[in-house]
Amino acid sequence: MAFDDLYQEIILDHYKRPRNSVDLSALPSEYAHENPTCGDSLKLVVESDDDGRIESVKFDGTGCAISMASASMMTDLLRGKTRSEAYDIAAQFTGVMRGERQVSELEEYGDLAALGGVAQFPLRIKCATLAWHAFERSAPLD
Amino acid sequence: MNTTQARSVESIRGDFPIINAPATGHIAYLDSAATSHKPRVVIDAISGYYEEANSNVHRAVHSLAAESTGRFERARSTVAKFIGANSVREIVFTRGTTESINLVASSFGQRFSAGDIVILTEMEHHSNLVPWQLLAARTGIELRFIPIDDRGVLELAALDELWTDRVRMVALTQVSNVLGTINDVRAVTDYAHERGVPVLVDAAQSVPHQRVGVDDLGCDFLAFSGHKIYGPTGIGVLYAKSPNLDQMEPYMGGGSMIEAVWLDRSTWTEAPQKFEAGTPNIAGAVGLGAAIEYVESIGIDALAAHEQELTRYAMESLATVAGLTMYGPDAPRGSVISFVIDDIHPHDVAQYLDREGVAVRPGHHCAQPLMRRLNVVAMVRASFGAYSTRQEIDRLVSALEKTKEFFAGGI
Repeated sequence: MAFDDLYQEIILDHYKRPRNSVDLSALPSEYAHENPTCGDSLKLVVESDDDGRIESVKFDGTGCAISMASASMMTDLLRGKTRSEAYDIAAQFTGVMRGERQVSELEEYGDLAALGGVAQFPLRIKCATLAWHAFERSAPLD
Repeated sequence: MNTTQARSVESIRGDFPIINAPATGHIAYLDSAATSHKPRVVIDAISGYYEEANSNVHRAVHSLAAESTGRFERARSTVAKFIGANSVREIVFTRGTTESINLVASSFGQRFSAGDIVILTEMEHHSNLVPWQLLAARTGIELRFIPIDDRGVLELAALDELWTDRVRMVALTQVSNVLGTINDVRAVTDYAHERGVPVLVDAAQSVPHQRVGVDDLGCDFLAFSGHKIYGPTGIGVLYAKSPNLDQMEPYMGGGSMIEAVWLDRSTWTEAPQKFEAGTPNIAGAVGLGAAIEYVESIGIDALAAHEQELTRYAMESLATVAGLTMYGPDAPRGSVISFVIDDIHPHDVAQYLDREGVAVRPGHHCAQPLMRRLNVVAMVRASFGAYSTRQEIDRLVSALEKTKEFFAGGI
């Protein structure tokens, strides 16, 4: 597995021009989700409509290209999904990262498919899953 | 000690199979502070032990056992001479620095009670912090910390404020694994001993890179790992002055460490075996002995001079990289250099450097409190050993320039 599979153009694009990235510094630090082994940190705000459908996911984070690109892709992808759909995608993505599911499962999710290569870099999997675990924790099922 | 003709780094590189193997020879290995490469003589000593002597130590009377025990104990003697211990009885083999410090915190710390104080520093590796936190949770002792200034140098003047008559121990690193700071250990041991308090020195990053003598340092305990000084993993050393070892209770119980055992009680044999329960890492000890002999064949002072020169060169070279910030003092310092590059996360830097065949370490370097003190989440660390070259540092610098181009415009 080569470096270029890890840092695909589309990943660098999300890293350099993150979608749905806002200033959440007003949120207390308890809201920060952290990956202490590399110091990545992000805060997440999920807004849902009355039916529980996700209207927007916004984030504010610092971290490596993989963690920030993954957060950016996630915020794009989950907009408009029901919470239960969003949880399924999160479970699917983290499953692929852990090597428990086929990388090809990500193909239906557009940009996110580019992160499939991370599964081959054990030391970077936590970078890719940080935002997703943050989502799972910040939007508990009712 | 014999003074040997100074060997060239090219000749030293020839001793290390991994540097000369087709699959790995292209890698500029700048991660020796994490673990050093192993020379052929060490690998041969380990396999030679299994091929020629394999047997358990200190028990059987057959000739293989005698050979094994001989090799194991000669290694202990090599270690004792290398650090200037008074006796082989002061050398306990452990799994590494971490176990050595845990042993002291657990066994020597048994006599501490709630309200007693252990003084550490803000720059400790987790291995010289967490064992004391565990002891604090068990006994109610208090931990206090010698602060560092913004260059990463200990503010020893703070000892006057930290000190009370409840201080029972001081434990500090000799060389910071992040900042490269070389601490004035002697000043600390003098200060503590005037007040009757023992000092433990974490020598993991010093013993492989400079002459370390326990009498020069005046320390009561000293811990280091074999794998950072060209030896194998899984073997380390605790040096402790004999009276301390005699007073300490065992750390683990089992075979080898007993004198007599009844169903309800036991008595202990003498140090160092008292602290070496179970079959030890015999091959590891033999490998460590061979590693120290290897270091002495080059000359530890020659190694230190080589690494000092390289460190100076690397600091000058890295200073030319725009947007790069180095941490730690200018000099004197050990052969580790930690840095960050504006707007690029250390993991991305290290991953790109790997693509360029340059091996460095990103992260918090097992020193999260220090990272917090310096207001960074992580750093990139380059570190050097006997086989490191100027060309490798040049490759690091040019790969860093390419890293910046690749990630340009990031958040």
